[in-house]
Amino acid sequence: MAKGANNKKKNAASLFFEAIGNGFKEIGVTFAEGDIKTKLSFLIFGLGPILRGQILIGVALLLCEVLFFYFMAGFGWQYLSKFSTLGTVATKKVGRKTVYGDNSFLILLFGVLCIFAIIAFIAIWYINVKENRKEELLLKAGKKLPSNKDVFMSLFDKNFHKTLLALPVTGIFVFTVLPIVFMILVAFTNYDKNHQSPSNLFTWVGLDNFKNLVSFSGAGIGPTFLQVLLWTLVWALFATFTNYFLGLAVAMLINKKGIKFKKLWRTILVLTIAVPQFVSLLYVMKMFANDGLINGYLIKWGIIKSYIPFWTDPMLARITIIVVNIWIGIPYMMLIATGLLMNIPEDLYESARIDGANPWQMFRSITLPYMLFVTGPFLLTQFTGNLNNFNVIYLLTQGKPQSVNLAEKAGNTDLLITWLYKMTVNDTNYRMAAVIGIMVFVVTAVISLVVYNMLPSVKDEEGFQ
Amino acid sequence: MKSYKTKRAIGNIIGYIILILISIIWLFPFVGLVLQSFRSYATEYGGMVDYLVPKQFSLDNYKFLFDTSQNNYLLWYKNTIVIAVFVSIFQTIIQLCVSYALSRMRFAGRTFLMRFWLILGMFPGFLTMICLYFLLKQFGLTQAGAIPGLILVTVASCGMGYYVCKGYFDTIPKALDEAAMIDGATRARIFFTMIIPMSKPIIIYTALVAFMAPWCDYVFASYVAFGHDTSYNVAVGMTRWVWTNDYQGYFTRFCAGGVLVAIPVTLLFMFLQKYYVEGVTGGAVKG
Repeated sequence: MAKGANNKKKNAASLFFEAIGNGFKEIGVTFAEGDIKTKLSFLIFGLGPILRGQILIGVALLLCEVLFFYFMAGFGWQYLSKFSTLGTVATKKVGRKTVYGDNSFLILLFGVLCIFAIIAFIAIWYINVKENRKEELLLKAGKKLPSNKDVFMSLFDKNFHKTLLALPVTGIFVFTVLPIVFMILVAFTNYDKNHQSPSNLFTWVGLDNFKNLVSFSGAGIGPTFLQVLLWTLVWALFATFTNYFLGLAVAMLINKKGIKFKKLWRTILVLTIAVPQFVSLLYVMKMFANDGLINGYLIKWGIIKSYIPFWTDPMLARITIIVVNIWIGIPYMMLIATGLLMNIPEDLYESARIDGANPWQMFRSITLPYMLFVTGPFLLTQFTGNLNNFNVIYLLTQGKPQSVNLAEKAGNTDLLITWLYKMTVNDTNYRMAAVIGIMVFVVTAVISLVVYNMLPSVKDEEGFQ
Repeated sequence: MKSYKTKRAIGNIIGYIILILISIIWLFPFVGLVLQSFRSYATEYGGMVDYLVPKQFSLDNYKFLFDTSQNNYLLWYKNTIVIAVFVSIFQTIIQLCVSYALSRMRFAGRTFLMRFWLILGMFPGFLTMICLYFLLKQFGLTQAGAIPGLILVTVASCGMGYYVCKGYFDTIPKALDEAAMIDGATRARIFFTMIIPMSKPIIIYTALVAFMAPWCDYVFASYVAFGHDTSYNVAVGMTRWVWTNDYQGYFTRFCAGGVLVAIPVTLLFMFLQKYYVEGVTGGAVKG
């Protein structure tokens, strides 16, 4: 298995290099065999297409080149040139006036933008070369080039995907890719509350933050990180599987023959999906509070003498969170299971019954294998979703109760993700927040990859069909 | 035969008992929420008490919410509706576009794009908060301009959530597209006149999910609107009531506000439940 995967990787890598090699070869051939229009296009984008009458493509390419140089000269270069140091001129106070120096934040952000711009520029240059080659070959073969109108109309037909994807891809680039790359780089700087731009500079520190994360001596936050990570995994495991099995059980109960008002039961359960979580979770949080309803009634009825510290005792808080999460999660699983249970052929149960199987045996050998098979990917997404389940934890406990044993103000019920949030918002400790963010990614990615390849529905797609 | 019947009846009775217990547990918080929202603010304490049914029913808390001189609840409510409506519209359009392109068309870089987005999705969203805040600030879309800012950020990155919608498109036979193309229809025409009319369930599902999400958006909304009371949404505003002001008796006001938020959203959800169930079930199996 592992060997096969290795081979595959090698193939992918060699294919990749082959593709690059071919690309360079094509560029060379284009230049060598090209006419003067093509050769000039290597410097002035789109000149060839314009001279050949492909105004639309040519102008678009030329515009890209002009924009790039305009951007780099007028805006980008001042940031990119300082990228290696993230600025050296500190902000000073001269008399009463503040003289602003370099802004490390802007330098990092726009530096990243410039690097992307350069990559895009090279890509467009390559597209430009290929376009020239394509046109020349077409003309050599005696064919006519498509008219400008054809080119434009193809955006609604053959090239419709470009029209459809242009906006989403741009949006994702600016508001997801750029910020993520920025934050990954922040993990290698000392950007924290003592190095806030614009009044202070921050700079590259290499792997210091990662060393801090795994250092178990002195001021290192290794022990805290381990504890939070462990709780995150335990939480995700419990949250996913309690919901899964209990939800399945409830769905089967409602589906059971002889139970009436099926719709009513389902509607009652579904309420927790419909009501916005911040309303229901905050109310439940208050219900379990030390001075809340549950403690109030239990004391009034004389069952307990003093309140139960649902949220203030570390262990109890963890258990309460998992229980409340069951309340939130069962309906969702119930909905999914209800739909899927109906897909199991009735005659399977019929023949099992004839063979004298009891309900538990039928569940174990028919229902469960089928459900696990079909919902494997769903379980995985639920698990990774729970690793990052911010709402439930934060609205219920905000990661509290606090502990003196934990560094960086982590609480006993903090997940990595709520810890990250608190570092960002409360402590402005961006560098460690970025490191934690990368760790969350690593954990999610590793678990997804490993489990995904083990899923029966991925290994054997036809299994239950 | 008789024993089988009695066995079955006992089984059903146990089933009903469990279901009734479950119903009580599930409904209790909501009943509590409604009851406590009617507790009088003037004659009884507005904070936490140890009894469920108020001694005297009153509309004090609701009156407070509608009193614009004392708080901005109505404004928060309006903000949330504006965000929800715009996000719902644009997110649906964008996800339909992305899904069609990825489901129906084969082009260079398609697999790369899908893998790349899958990996991007594994990064925690909050990681990018600081950077997004700064980007929005450049355009003046924080604090006072937080509402369009929130819409922009949500809509800009929603293209990655195409899975359910694409899964639905994948089930529409490709032969239909091919037949239409033989008749000379362009891709755009197929998309607008054939696929979209056939996708009513998934459009409703996408719009519903997109509409409901902003009602719970606390994290990013509170960060972008930081300290600017008039651009809060209900989640940000009311969460602050519970966390910082409940000793002043804001708890019952929170309950009242919660009821007003929950009613329209819940009704809408119940009304469109069928589509929601179809969407999540399909999405869960496709993974």
